[in-house]
Amino acid sequence: MLKPGRKTSNTLRVCVHIGALAPLLWLYWAIPQGVLGADPVKELTHFLGIGALRLLLLTLCISPLARALKFGLLVRLRRPLGLWCFVWAALHFSTWLALDLTFEWSLIGEELIKRTYILVGLLALLLLLALAITSIPKLMRSMGKRWKQLHRTIYVIALLVCLHFWWSVKSGWIEPCSYLIIALYLLWLRRDSIMSYVHFKHRPVAHDNGASS
Amino acid sequence: YTPGTLDPGLILTPESKVINHNNFYEFGTNKTDPARNSQHLKTEPWTLTVEGEVEKPGTIDVWELMETAQLEERIYRMRCVEAWSMVIPWLGIELGPLLKKFKPTSRAKYVAFETLYDPEQMPGQKSRYLGGGIDYPYVEGLRIDEAMHPLTTLALGLYGKTLPPQNGAPVRLVVPWKYGFKGIKSIVKIRLVEKQPPVTWNILAPHEYGFYANVNPSVDHPRWSQASERFIGEGGAFSSSRQKTLMFNGYADEVASLYSGLDLRKYF
Repeated sequence: MLKPGRKTSNTLRVCVHIGALAPLLWLYWAIPQGVLGADPVKELTHFLGIGALRLLLLTLCISPLARALKFGLLVRLRRPLGLWCFVWAALHFSTWLALDLTFEWSLIGEELIKRTYILVGLLALLLLLALAITSIPKLMRSMGKRWKQLHRTIYVIALLVCLHFWWSVKSGWIEPCSYLIIALYLLWLRRDSIMSYVHFKHRPVAHDNGASS
Repeated sequence: YTPGTLDPGLILTPESKVINHNNFYEFGTNKTDPARNSQHLKTEPWTLTVEGEVEKPGTIDVWELMETAQLEERIYRMRCVEAWSMVIPWLGIELGPLLKKFKPTSRAKYVAFETLYDPEQMPGQKSRYLGGGIDYPYVEGLRIDEAMHPLTTLALGLYGKTLPPQNGAPVRLVVPWKYGFKGIKSIVKIRLVEKQPPVTWNILAPHEYGFYANVNPSVDHPRWSQASERFIGEGGAFSSSRQKTLMFNGYADEVASLYSGLDLRKYF
């Protein structure tokens, strides 16, 4: 059997770029055509938001998949997937800001204060921004161990985004619930590393004295 | 039919948008689902039963009504609770005079409405997922004075034609000063009752949707502001405009007196 190598991972990276960019190019065509229906702003916001969530979950699929397939180079997909997730999330937020609330700053301020689910989404976006900035290879190297710690916030982001989605729907919990279940499953696959991280952060004494709690 | 008049300053929402952007969860929760999934709804024959606190309960043949009644065009603003709005030329009759024919008794304090329940024809009633988690049939209600108000209309058509299924064929309620979800579609039963009847969205989320559901820019939905709305007109995504929402959706002169002394913050 052919061992998957750099060439395969390069091809897959190109696929990621095409897969994430093509729907945006389609939107560029579809919006003037009126494909998004009578209330296109709402539709566009939702389309971009759901897309960002899917990209986020895909990003979280990569390491478990790499392990299962014994295809280490697959982790090279994490960076482009994560960055595209940020781009989609930023477009989702910009649509709300520019097209829905039409830059009415007093209304925007009021909405951010009053609607906790929007604040939750914004927090997730800011965290994603931090991850996007620090994914520059140079910064990544200079940050050393702290880079890994910072990038573990993607677990928190995943939960925040699921909460943001669930909170935002008018009725029907099945769709947001399915995304949450997938997110929880992907986190459960990492339960050991998450637990040791939480353990290490909050109970440093435990290492010296295993019996205490 | 008698043509209606378009108030100055209002622009009609294009027909294609009125019939392709619908909330009718019986046919799916996406705005375009109803237009896609409702075309096979069998609306002929259709009867509407009026019962409860009336001296002469009875059944109306809706298609007969359509031919015999003097239909009126009413061009109304339509404000959805989701903060979008349209201007729609409805065709229909006033509800009040119709109800009076059944001779409501003195105990008739409220009017309860019910949509057709037919899971075979309505996929949203068959599957909780498609139907948005609502317990069907969809039910709505008005206070008797609201139901008798001359603005309250039973619509049988729009844009000069009979109603398309996605807009609530063959007969639906239109109460222009209330959020759109009060405008119950494809009605099969009207029951006059003594006590305030349960209403669908209030059952589903009581802190978000009240019985009254009067359009009110100063009472927010818990998750969004009701102070302004996206008007659905000719334009697309990049020409979308926000406009201020008016108290009672612009019908305050006609209906504000119905609510004098009522705390609209409590009875939202």
